[in-house]
Amino acid sequence: MSALELTVPATTRAEGEQERAAAPVRRILAQTRFDAMAMLRNGEQLLLTVILPLFVLAGLARSGVVDLGEGRRIDLATPGVLALALISTAFTGQAISTGFDRRAGLLRLLGTTPLGRSGLIAGRLGAVAVVSAIQVVLLGAVGLALGWQPQLAGLLPAVLVGVLGSAAFVSLGLLLAGTLRAEAVLAAANVIWVLLLAGGGVVLAADQLGPFGDFVRWLPSGALGDGLRVALTGGSWPWLDLLVLAAWTAAGTLATMRWFRWDS
Amino acid sequence: MSGLVKRYGAKPAVDGASFSAAAGAVTAVLGLNGAGKTSTIECCEGLRRPDGGTVRVLGRDPIADGAWLRPRVGVMLQDGGMPQAARAGDVLDLAAAMYARPLERKELVATLDLGSRLRTPVRRLSGGERQRLALAVALVGRPDVAFLDEPTAGLDPQARLVVWELIAQLRRSGVAVVLTTHLLDEAERLADHVVLMAAGRVVAAGTPGELTGGSDRTLSFDGPAGLDLAPLAPLLSAGIAATEVRPGHYVIANRTPEAHLLPGDVAATTAWCARLGIMPEGLVLGRRSLEDVFLEIAARQSGATQVIGVVGA
Repeated sequence: MSALELTVPATTRAEGEQERAAAPVRRILAQTRFDAMAMLRNGEQLLLTVILPLFVLAGLARSGVVDLGEGRRIDLATPGVLALALISTAFTGQAISTGFDRRAGLLRLLGTTPLGRSGLIAGRLGAVAVVSAIQVVLLGAVGLALGWQPQLAGLLPAVLVGVLGSAAFVSLGLLLAGTLRAEAVLAAANVIWVLLLAGGGVVLAADQLGPFGDFVRWLPSGALGDGLRVALTGGSWPWLDLLVLAAWTAAGTLATMRWFRWDS
Repeated sequence: MSGLVKRYGAKPAVDGASFSAAAGAVTAVLGLNGAGKTSTIECCEGLRRPDGGTVRVLGRDPIADGAWLRPRVGVMLQDGGMPQAARAGDVLDLAAAMYARPLERKELVATLDLGSRLRTPVRRLSGGERQRLALAVALVGRPDVAFLDEPTAGLDPQARLVVWELIAQLRRSGVAVVLTTHLLDEAERLADHVVLMAAGRVVAAGTPGELTGGSDRTLSFDGPAGLDLAPLAPLLSAGIAATEVRPGHYVIANRTPEAHLLPGDVAATTAWCARLGIMPEGLVLGRRSLEDVFLEIAARQSGATQVIGVVGA
């Protein structure tokens, strides 16, 4: 036991803030790594973020049961499945893990370490970005293997749509996680995922949903799905969808800052 | 910390509590469940915003100066705050990554006997292992101040000794340790300073010796619950009181520092028992323990148990 140097030597104590805490970047990267590993190790999360989107992609590309609209099926299916995968990670995954971490007291505990609350949020956003990148590479590769031909001119607008869409869904996921009980978060996040898959304009364009589509295109899910489809099939900038996603991100962030509770 | 008030709704959980904790000393905050211990500690940790009063940790405001304080303060929450799915070792590494000079993981883990459990998910750790992991997380950054909320709750006696030794070592290293507990032997053994809380207030504070009256003798015994102590009171010497501190457990002790338990008080008590035909089981003449003090105060606060024969108190 005598080997344990429990305190910082007095000489270094005087050196100030930077000397006691690790550098902010290092703290945030540690949290990012921890959260990303947690997401990738969790079987249920993997099912939602990778396996089910792969099934949806294969199903939409191979069978003609669902009408995807004008154009090659794989070109319409892949952007929609990418949107679905982003929602899985940014919304459902974040909501559930944050909800349970909040109940376990982890959010409070990390709030007392040098990481702080802002560092915790930054780390989690980093983890969402890492996992989303892995999803896009994986699903994109499968799409390409199935014959997907994205418009290269649409890649930049698509990335922007993806980032804004993820931001909007993270803010909404955290809002859910910070206001409801963990079990309610689990149920709501999964139900919303299924509803968005079925009729949220994610894999099926809002145009294909009849009169309902005029409502769906203003949802973050509709804007994300349509935005990716417009960018990657037409190679153009989906300005309206970007605007809708920016508005949802702003609203979701403000609501989360207002109502998120760190303890349960 | 002075005049701290914390309300949840209309009811204050902490109602004007004041105390201070010194570096290189262990301060134990004692009290029954609901006494306001955890709320008090959480205000010190910057987790809750006080509704009144002043809290200073290392001279700083826990909320306004949070960024300065967080690297210097180690926290062990009552509910642990451990992510259930993560492996124990990963949680410790995450905490260590937040500090410029964390403790060596190997030594900390060896001290707390967690070496074989590092690859185990938190949810599969035993309660005691989870407690020790939470303690490791609190100490890994080599804090100047450690807030430990019930650090030995759920530990077996052997693990408790390990934690006690670690806390003693923290004190020797100059750390200000503030812990809450409802284990009175823990407070008596570890604490340099005891703060007794009830209903959100500090009802007594001092060294364990000051609180127990140092060398004052007490007489205690077990008998049927609910004995009428009124006839005994006039038989005792001035300043000596009989208290049923919990049902069936009676303590005869001084109520003022000037009064001392005399041989006549022992004789009077046993004679009174004999008259009632009661065998005073476990009759002990000893020093007043912190538990006696605590139970007496708790009894006075609740008014549920009888305190008879207070003269000059």
